[in-house]
Amino acid sequence: MDFGQRVLVLRRRRIAVRLEWRSVLACAVLALAVAGMAVLALMTGSYQLSAGQVVSALTGGQTGLVHDIVVQWRLPRVAAALVFGASLGVSGAVFQSLLRNPLAEPGIIGFSQGSYTGALIVILVVNGTYWQLVGGALLGGMATAVAVYLLAYRRGVQGFRLIVVGIGISAMLGSLNTWLILKADLKVAMAAAAWGAGSLNGVSWHKVLIGGACIAVLLLLAAVLSRPMRQLELGDEAAAAQGVRVAPARLGLIAVGVALTATVTAASGPITFISLLAPQIARRIARTAGITLAPAAFVGALLCLAADYLAQHAAPTPLPVGIITVVLGGGYLGWLLFTEARRRL
Amino acid sequence: MTALAPPPAAPGTARVPGPRQRRLAGLVGALVVLLVLLVASVLIGSTAIAPSVVWDALFQPSADIDQFAIRDYRLPRAVVGLVVGMALGLTGALIQALTRNPLADPGLLGLDAGASFAVTVAVGVLGVRDISGYMWFAVAGALIVTLMVLALGSTRQGSSPVLMVLAGVCVGAVLRGAGDALQLINPEAFDAMRSWNAGSIAGRPLELVWQILPFFAVALILAFAVSGPLNAMALGDELAATQGVRLTRTRVLAIIALTLLAGGATAIAGPIAFVGLMVPHVARWIVGPHQRWIFAYSVLLAPILLLAADILGRIVMRPNEIPVGIVTAFVGAPVLIALVLRKKASGL
Repeated sequence: MDFGQRVLVLRRRRIAVRLEWRSVLACAVLALAVAGMAVLALMTGSYQLSAGQVVSALTGGQTGLVHDIVVQWRLPRVAAALVFGASLGVSGAVFQSLLRNPLAEPGIIGFSQGSYTGALIVILVVNGTYWQLVGGALLGGMATAVAVYLLAYRRGVQGFRLIVVGIGISAMLGSLNTWLILKADLKVAMAAAAWGAGSLNGVSWHKVLIGGACIAVLLLLAAVLSRPMRQLELGDEAAAAQGVRVAPARLGLIAVGVALTATVTAASGPITFISLLAPQIARRIARTAGITLAPAAFVGALLCLAADYLAQHAAPTPLPVGIITVVLGGGYLGWLLFTEARRRL
Repeated sequence: MTALAPPPAAPGTARVPGPRQRRLAGLVGALVVLLVLLVASVLIGSTAIAPSVVWDALFQPSADIDQFAIRDYRLPRAVVGLVVGMALGLTGALIQALTRNPLADPGLLGLDAGASFAVTVAVGVLGVRDISGYMWFAVAGALIVTLMVLALGSTRQGSSPVLMVLAGVCVGAVLRGAGDALQLINPEAFDAMRSWNAGSIAGRPLELVWQILPFFAVALILAFAVSGPLNAMALGDELAATQGVRLTRTRVLAIIALTLLAGGATAIAGPIAFVGLMVPHVARWIVGPHQRWIFAYSVLLAPILLLAADILGRIVMRPNEIPVGIVTAFVGAPVLIALVLRKKASGL
């Protein structure tokens, strides 16, 4: 599709990549902003560092305490915010594109509650390992996605029906989660509740690397699927006419989108609203006609970093990052409802 | 019934099926069921207590331990369930009539989140400990959310059911997040709010009910006073205006009534969703599109639902208990989904 924008075509042997100039430029600017935010996050804490110290610690020019603070203590958290934020941004972009609805968000349509339920059952009932937790979150998210999709299906899935069905399922799972926590041992329950708010407290390199590896694979899959995704935005028939195998492409996109959210949920608890916000902000910055994945990933990373920074340093007590994203994202959703959704719904 | 009642031949009453006697008989039947459930609520619990002990607890009090359980625990629980249920049902009926939105529910629209947040601020930050103090915070919180959701959920063409629910979910999510943040910053607030946040009618002292009852009485009178005008408004604002309905006054009175009810119910029981969604639909299904009858049925059917859900929560997982708010979510969410899946959501 030509959206009337200048297009950069990279050719190397038989592979050609078409990039929109504005997207490339937007990604570059966003990458700079992310890097700046990351350095700021690495500087700030009970032991203040200068930007120079941080950069030299990252490039191996520091040893001892400064190196430990930056690389061992603060970097895992910053890396987690980056990777998880990007993952959530892409997940949201996939759903918003698939459902052709700016309000489609894994949190609103119940997937992240489902992941939380799966993870909670693993924590409280099985008392499982980290891998079992990931599996539980993935299974819970997938099962919820399938349930919401099937319940909302009636000769096609309409955005409005899907969202209200999602709200219903979400409310049900939310109360199930409350009850699971109430029923559990106090100590386990408190850990689970803190995790349920969506927090990056205590992320270790171990967790970041495992989560990051899963997410890297999923992002690659998303990139492969991004072309059929753009074609599906034009409608099933148009996509089929262009040679897209509609059903497998859609199934693959749903699976990747749910898996991206579920992986983050398993690692840090549900961090909501980033998947809602990131694709929309990205679309405005890159001025693309539809939803594009790369800018959404960068905006997601930036949002998650900034929210976690606020969560750690703005209040007298460090807060879970999920609380900040809920408040900011909810405010944005209100604005979106006020301006845009009323024309589209 | 009141000065605001519409002329007897108001449209909307003409289509009502069934004679007045049948509706009255249904009302009496509901009352009987409600009384049976009230008794059952006192009799059924984690330990079996003989009915004779219940009788003695009420009329020949002694220091018997089972009598304490009845007087201090089960009886208040039944009374709280009755009052909170009535308030929730009437709130749901009012808000559905006011917004002409079949999906409207005080919980889904975030009213209870507003009340909860305001109570968290009052109890946790300002140190208010007296129910008559934080009751006003709960009402103010519910009122602000109502106005916000009405503003966000209405378009120029009128209100859109889904938009309004989305607005409610979003306002509710923000307030819940902010409330969580406050509680995490202030552990004292967390402690004060913990037991209350699950949405339960257990362990709530009876004094709460006595203090809130006058407000509920005012709200009840207001609700029935605006039932006629709301009936006329169901056919559209213009038509209602030509019949001499004062639109703004009706809306303001309805909002006052429903925020008093939603705020009060939340102040006592914590957030309980879906009761206000389901009950008016059942009422409408029984009596047709006549607001005064819908209100009357909702006032009786909602405590039936709440008490039944509460009893269910007590016996399903004995000796554990499931808070009533969780049971109603499990009953109510499928109803919400069924309402959406029906081709045309039930008209108002």
